Amino acid sequence: MNRISDIFKTKSEKVIPFLTAGYPTLNDTVDMVLSAEKAGADMIEIGMPFSDPLADGPIIQKASQIAIENGVNIKWILETVYKIRTYSEIPIVLMGYINPIIKYGLKKFLTECNSSGVDGLIIPDLPPEEATEFIEKCKINKISPILLVAPNTENKRIKYISHLAGDLIYCVSILGITGSKSSKNNNLEKYLQRVKIYSECPFVVGFGISTRNDVRSINKISDGAVIGSAIINKFNKNESPQETVFNYIKELRGNE
Amino acid sequence: MKYNQPDSYGHFNQFGGKYVPETLIPAISELEKLYVAEKSNPEFISTLKKLLKHYSGRPTPLYFAERISNDLGFNVFLKREDLNHTGAHKINNALGQILLAKKMGKTRIIAETGAGMHGVATATVSAQFGLKCVIYMGEEDIRRQKLNVFRMNLLGAEVRSVSSGSKTLKDATNEAIRDWVTNVENTYYLIGSVVGPHPYPMMVRDFQSIIGTETKQQFREIKKSTSILPDFVIACVGGGSNAIGMFYPFINDKVKLIGVEAGGHGVNTDKHAATMTKGELGILHGSASFLLQTKDGQIKLPHSISAGLDYPGVGPEHSLLKSINRANYFSVTDDEAVLAFQWLSKKEGILPALESSHALAYLKQKNNGIKPNQNVIICLSGRGDKDVHTIADYLGTEI
Ligand SMILES: Cc1ncc(COP(=O)(O)O)c(C=O)c1O
Repeated sequence: MNRISDIFKTKSEKVIPFLTAGYPTLNDTVDMVLSAEKAGADMIEIGMPFSDPLADGPIIQKASQIAIENGVNIKWILETVYKIRTYSEIPIVLMGYINPIIKYGLKKFLTECNSSGVDGLIIPDLPPEEATEFIEKCKINKISPILLVAPNTENKRIKYISHLAGDLIYCVSILGITGSKSSKNNNLEKYLQRVKIYSECPFVVGFGISTRNDVRSINKISDGAVIGSAIINKFNKNESPQETVFNYIKELRGNE
Repeated sequence: MKYNQPDSYGHFNQFGGKYVPETLIPAISELEKLYVAEKSNPEFISTLKKLLKHYSGRPTPLYFAERISNDLGFNVFLKREDLNHTGAHKINNALGQILLAKKMGKTRIIAETGAGMHGVATATVSAQFGLKCVIYMGEEDIRRQKLNVFRMNLLGAEVRSVSSGSKTLKDATNEAIRDWVTNVENTYYLIGSVVGPHPYPMMVRDFQSIIGTETKQQFREIKKSTSILPDFVIACVGGGSNAIGMFYPFINDKVKLIGVEAGGHGVNTDKHAATMTKGELGILHGSASFLLQTKDGQIKLPHSISAGLDYPGVGPEHSLLKSINRANYFSVTDDEAVLAFQWLSKKEGILPALESSHALAYLKQKNNGIKPNQNVIICLSGRGDKDVHTIADYLGTEI
């Protein structure tokens, strides 16, 4: 049992911020994670920046670019998670593309994820067809492989993917990239109902979520809402990123 | 053992595969199923054959280039892909894929382009089939290939400028994939080279194999022999589609296969696109292959004077052919390519594309392994009209 399966055992509204590692600066990440937790975040997704993020819109592309220029790499991210673990037991998931991981060495990466206190991994360009070894090695290292499903994923495949993942899956809310507008029609609801029926494990929903209302309605059908680009959009000159994260998560939680 | 690649999962040994977001899985599965069915469907085969003949003007000639052969002391034959409709080999693939897009009921075509030749080919077949067409092209390439941008506009396509990263082919491909993820229900992604997720590298190879198939037969007709083979076949490698199209029909034969990539300012500088020489195994744009990357696994910005070769990756099948030593890969610099461009223009009256000029430049390299009187075939993948501005800039001439 890792921290992820622990928190999803109880059904409650969950807010999951996505923060690009080392953005806006290297010094912000640890404090932003701790502020998010203090404001009521249930789990944290840390984005591992990649030069060519195919599933991301312009906001996360730009943040990734800056983070890379700041010198972020896998080693730094794992050390940062390790540091966070001195203060916090909040579930931490890393989200990133497969190439830097392959370059680092899959086996080494997963072993070090385990020793640094990472609980799960989301790799948007690694569909189950290419993920056999990844899933196997994740499980050996007690890391949850959080596979993805999309609105055009068939029922039988949702079942199959959730079965492979085991602990948690990630529903991409739209056909599209991060930062796009979420679909407000009942297509989203129908899709999430489908996932609810066919998934063998809890599921969180991300892409295009930005308001308290989104968080509330998504949590009614799913097990959690992930907020990414919208957080970066909130950063401004008048407060520190930590303050922004704190205030915004409070707002998303519905207790300003 | 007979060469039989890729396997049914789209793997060329450790290369290839389908590393794409879940949203694209239904689209590539549908395409794979359709393509596998159509490629042995007599009706599909005859429709494509007719288009290649009556629309594109195939077969393209295999031309004995006597004056450069005299310079070199061995026999050089040029496979004239530049004489295709639209001026490059790219149309062979565009015609094949547009038939599939039509069958899938798609109403919108997207593509990436570097030199603009694939963009022009895609805009052309979209016009011919009455489909909406959007082409992604890096800002830098729009600047250096403006003739092709205007051609695409005349053909009714929308050219979208991409200003991220190196503003070249890699970034145009990223943006095309993002469009595809967003509009996958009505949009067909017409990839221009043997890159991307399975089934693209296999399918584009098959569509381009007409180059090698014709070449083999034409060479035998010229030599009046039913079994003779050339000693070398040589092609430039960007993503690798003209090269694999030329190589594939010779793959089980005793013929040396040579791919020439862009050495830019030199492979020991940081300005080149010599993926096979300097790359390491990685994953980009849906498949595993050699890749120019940093120690942290970020993709490096490539450089080449030739927009069509200015790409940090390469088709997975080329990585396989290198790793099993079936093909050899070399690089030539920007300077060598420009010299070869001028050489062919003056000696044979043919302006080659800057991409194809890389293959030609290999002939001039010392230690190229070619012996006197041997027979060498060069894939002249495209014509050079699009490059005259680049050449003029390079030479410091105003036009
Ligand atoms: C004339 C020509 N040759 C070669 C290439 C490189 O592509 P590939 O390696 O796929 O043949 C291009 C690409 O734009 C081209 O326009």
